[in-house]
Amino acid sequence: MLKPITQPTAQPMNIDCPLPADTEDTIRLGHGSGGELSQNLFRDYIHPYIKNPWLDQLHDGARLPFTGARLAFTTDSFVVSPLFFPGGDIGELAVYGTVNDLAMSGARPMYLSCSLILEEGLPLKTLAKVMASMGRAAVQTGVQLVTGDTKVVERGKGDGLYINTAGVGVVEHEWEIAAATICPGDRILLSGDIGRHGMAVMASREGLAFDTPLQSDCAPLHEPVHDLLQAGIRVHCLRDLTRGGLATALVELARARGASFLLRESEVQICESVEGACELLGLDPFYVANEGRFVVFVAPEEEPAALEILRRHTVSAGSRTIGLVTEVGRPDVILTNFLGCERLLDLLPGEQLPRIC
Amino acid sequence: MKFLHEYRQRQDIERIARAIANMTTRPWTIMEVCGGQTHAIVKYGLQRFLPSAITLVHGPGCPVCVTPLEIIDQALAIASRPDVIFCSFGDMLRVPGSTQDLLAVKARGGDVRMVYSPLHALDIARQNPERKVVFFAVGFETTAPANAMAAFLAREQGLRNFSLLVSQFLVPPAIEAISGATDSRVNGYLAAGHVCAVTGFESYHVLADTFKVPIVVTGFEPLDILQGILMVVRQLERGEYQVQNQYARAVARTGNQRAQDMLRQVFEVTSQTWRGVGEIPASGLRLRAPFSSQDARQLFASEKSSPCDTSGCISGEIMQGRKKPNECPHFGQRCQPQHPLGAPMVSSEGPCAAYYRYRARGITGEAVDAQTNNPTNSSAHEY
Repeated sequence: MLKPITQPTAQPMNIDCPLPADTEDTIRLGHGSGGELSQNLFRDYIHPYIKNPWLDQLHDGARLPFTGARLAFTTDSFVVSPLFFPGGDIGELAVYGTVNDLAMSGARPMYLSCSLILEEGLPLKTLAKVMASMGRAAVQTGVQLVTGDTKVVERGKGDGLYINTAGVGVVEHEWEIAAATICPGDRILLSGDIGRHGMAVMASREGLAFDTPLQSDCAPLHEPVHDLLQAGIRVHCLRDLTRGGLATALVELARARGASFLLRESEVQICESVEGACELLGLDPFYVANEGRFVVFVAPEEEPAALEILRRHTVSAGSRTIGLVTEVGRPDVILTNFLGCERLLDLLPGEQLPRIC
Repeated sequence: MKFLHEYRQRQDIERIARAIANMTTRPWTIMEVCGGQTHAIVKYGLQRFLPSAITLVHGPGCPVCVTPLEIIDQALAIASRPDVIFCSFGDMLRVPGSTQDLLAVKARGGDVRMVYSPLHALDIARQNPERKVVFFAVGFETTAPANAMAAFLAREQGLRNFSLLVSQFLVPPAIEAISGATDSRVNGYLAAGHVCAVTGFESYHVLADTFKVPIVVTGFEPLDILQGILMVVRQLERGEYQVQNQYARAVARTGNQRAQDMLRQVFEVTSQTWRGVGEIPASGLRLRAPFSSQDARQLFASEKSSPCDTSGCISGEIMQGRKKPNECPHFGQRCQPQHPLGAPMVSSEGPCAAYYRYRARGITGEAVDAQTNNPTNSSAHEY
């Protein structure tokens, strides 16, 4: 289904719009014109990596078969710099990110769109590499990239490549999985250690070298979620941790529900290289971005079974209970440290650092 | 993690706390000089491990907080110029000047870049020979050697487009000013470990002798700080006033000679204004004459202003330990990290930022005393 990355064939020179030969292996403004160059771009650099009956029709939109199903629909944009970072790249991030958003709605991810905003001068080889990565990620997660769009912006007006993906998934259960269903007494389960993606991207972008290389946690989360639901675990709420990290995700949920969460800092795992990098740079790992971690809210009696299911999957093998919902009526997230000292987690006034994901 | 978790063990912390309690017979006021220590004290709620007779007050050790408004305004004006790339540590970006901050300048088109090292700013100067690259050289003795190195290398490599907006402070003169004040209530000091890693601590002996105050060079982990307090209290109870080194794993008596040599080669001691405190003699650094062509204060003298600080920020009283952040009427009300009145609320070493960040309970806007933070009764929530 997927073709390997091959050296693209040279484009014929357009007499009406002569271009210097040395730009032929890069994105040109003409690639966004809708004309011949746009067609060639799709044919040679996008379609080879993503094939399915919907996209193959080359129609303006994909007609998708749904009968009587509840749908989940989401969208996300990806502007990560650098495009390739230890542990992942913008292509798989764009697939996993939207797949994860659908999974967090309790839906089975099915169809994605892909909108590319390309900067003039982007090497076509880079585009091919990203598209190949998107294709692989789609196969891995069982979703189809059924429609898309390509635009080109002038050099200096983009950061190489931005991707927007929207996604549709099917909700195959009757439950409401949302902040509104969080209950007092619920256990808060976290699927693994935190802060890897943000620190890996920052180290890569800023050229910071650490003894132990940092790897992003970038990964799809639909399988453990599917297994939880399949096993009949009554999941009250799910949330993947992205920019803003664990603290931001939990504060948003606490505010949405008007509930207090009590967390134990000692239960939140942070690998040594992330901890060291955060110490060095004065960053709080609770606010550092993740791309492959999520929290699960379940009633206390469901906690052991939920943990057992989560731990079967590599992506959530490090799942632990990090806290509980103490009351409804006061939206506070309290973190208790090893000395029993409480600290109120809040939203950050801005970013810890500019643009991570 | 080595050199970290050993200093965050509850049983060790409680053991030292018991020793302090057993030793203390009278009220003592101890100042931790460095903002990093303030953050650790507030973050770990260390005050509650101490007997009520021990009062901790927070010192001036936040260079961002004591940088005068005049220099921040000059930085904002320089950063707004189209011919300039303005480089700064992240800490400075949200510090309010008279009308805006560096992030606002950036959003309006100013080329403001966050760097992790002055040498990174030097790289930017090398890559942009047609632009003027200005590095905001803020800090104590800790940042001064690297900033000096940047100036030195720029001169050696003929980078004429690189300059430094210098706002360098020296710690011992500030301790002298605080101890010498007629109403000083500080009985002993925890000196800043990282500053002493550069300077050593020979220069502190004269301060201890003159003002009859014990000074203990102290680290930044909770166990370090309690050990430092124990060493100060032991001296106070015995009527001694020596300089001692708790942070021996990082600090040598004579400090880092190579760093000091570089510092002296590029900088000379000068009188310095501390925001909210006033001018303290011989408490700052300026570029020596051979480096005057890299002095952004002079190169951009036309961007100087005479600001009037009407923010209501009481940073001077906070930074001298006269008031605690939660004693400020604006704390958590008009002044929050989202809309700070002054640098102490935004700097990562600022005491107000520490009190706000580690406040225990209460929704945004409620002023809560982080120091009275009680331990959690976790038995009510077993999980």
